[in-house]
Amino acid sequence: MTEFKRPDGRKVNELRKITAKVGVIPNADGSAIFGFGDTIAIAAVYGPKKMHPQHSQNPEKGTLRCTYNMMSFSVTERIRPGPSRRSQEISKITEWALQPIVMIDEFAGQVVDVHINVLQANASTRCAGINAAAMALAQAGIPMKNLVSSVSIGKLDKQLVTDLIKAEEDWEEGEGPTDIPITLTGDGKISHIQLDGQISFKQLREAVTLAEGAYKEIHAAQEKALKEVGEMEK
Amino acid sequence: MTDRTIVIPGEVIFKGDDYLPGEGTEKHGDEIVAIRYGLAEETKKLVKVIPLSGVYLPRRGNVVIGKVEMITANGWVININTAENAFLSIMEVPRYVNKDDLREVLDIGEMVAAKIYSIGGRGVDLTIAMKELGRLDQGIIININPNKVPRVIGKEGSMISLIKDETKCRITVGQNGLIWINGNKVEDELFAKKAIVHVAENSTISGLTDEMKEWFEKNKEIKN
Repeated sequence: MTEFKRPDGRKVNELRKITAKVGVIPNADGSAIFGFGDTIAIAAVYGPKKMHPQHSQNPEKGTLRCTYNMMSFSVTERIRPGPSRRSQEISKITEWALQPIVMIDEFAGQVVDVHINVLQANASTRCAGINAAAMALAQAGIPMKNLVSSVSIGKLDKQLVTDLIKAEEDWEEGEGPTDIPITLTGDGKISHIQLDGQISFKQLREAVTLAEGAYKEIHAAQEKALKEVGEMEK
Repeated sequence: MTDRTIVIPGEVIFKGDDYLPGEGTEKHGDEIVAIRYGLAEETKKLVKVIPLSGVYLPRRGNVVIGKVEMITANGWVININTAENAFLSIMEVPRYVNKDDLREVLDIGEMVAAKIYSIGGRGVDLTIAMKELGRLDQGIIININPNKVPRVIGKEGSMISLIKDETKCRITVGQNGLIWINGNKVEDELFAKKAIVHVAENSTISGLTDEMKEWFEKNKEIKN
């Protein structure tokens, strides 16, 4: 079989260059920026703080509330600012991806707000958002079981690749593109998996294995960014 | 472990059964795992994680400074910069309080230094039945990052007593980041404020108390 050619010349399991930085928003209780190449997401965490409106308060345990938003200038064609069907869905997905690791049960009636903004988009924005959110939550001092790392695995025709770009999402040859964003927690469990397209069960397993490989790299970058800021604060 | 290290959530701090998990850590099997981001510290086999950032979380025994938000039939609701407002009951005021005239003791908008004596399911309870606590009706109040408060106080209060001596001000440091300064002259108070802000901004330097002694030498001349 001939070597599979990706549009940007990466190897099939190669991630784009990762940028990770913590503490980018002084006003927030925790914040981080995370990028896969030219996909850049910034996350700010506020709280735990009192939940308003009062009827949304959960008297049993704390609430995690995520909002995902794409800046109007993040893509080549300006997108209409404000919430959309897509951004609401991704907000909810992000919440579910982070829920299993945050330990906010003791903050009854309170909320931890996570605001994710995509500054520049070239596919995998929800993954970049989740990665940034995990770092920001850690910096905000929220008790967590561990960090999460998210990566998108794609199937282009029959070939599995790591970390999709826009050009690959619009793959036209053969079976076409399949996009599988996967979020893994520190103990090797999957906290979020989505599937947009078709894939065989066998290949889905391979996709998860591929994500596990990428997890190590992303987690290392997150850890490094958090420790760098910590050393300065020490 | 001799040095304090930065840990991230999920990181294994120690393996083996020799250590006890303290604040910010959990025990999984025979491993002690951090559940918070911060500085891991071990004292007498007890491992804990000291937070470096984040909001102030009230603890029993903390002295805090807050603002009277509301008056109820049997006490005051006080905002101490936390998610839940704190409650100061009239039972915890060391003097006779006329139930019809709570405003005489503490009015809405006034600042008060108080101690947290319990944290229950219904929130934080405060007391002012202790020396140096109560209404703050003179001086200035400044706000710093609550995570820097241990630095402002210093080891066994070394830093804060240095600042008190040098500026001749009375200072109460609230664990929630609010600091009350009261001196004979406004200049003294502002000088103390400058010193505290300097400490908070340079909290990363080791041997900060000695560094501050020099800082006072230098800045005294400018001040006078």
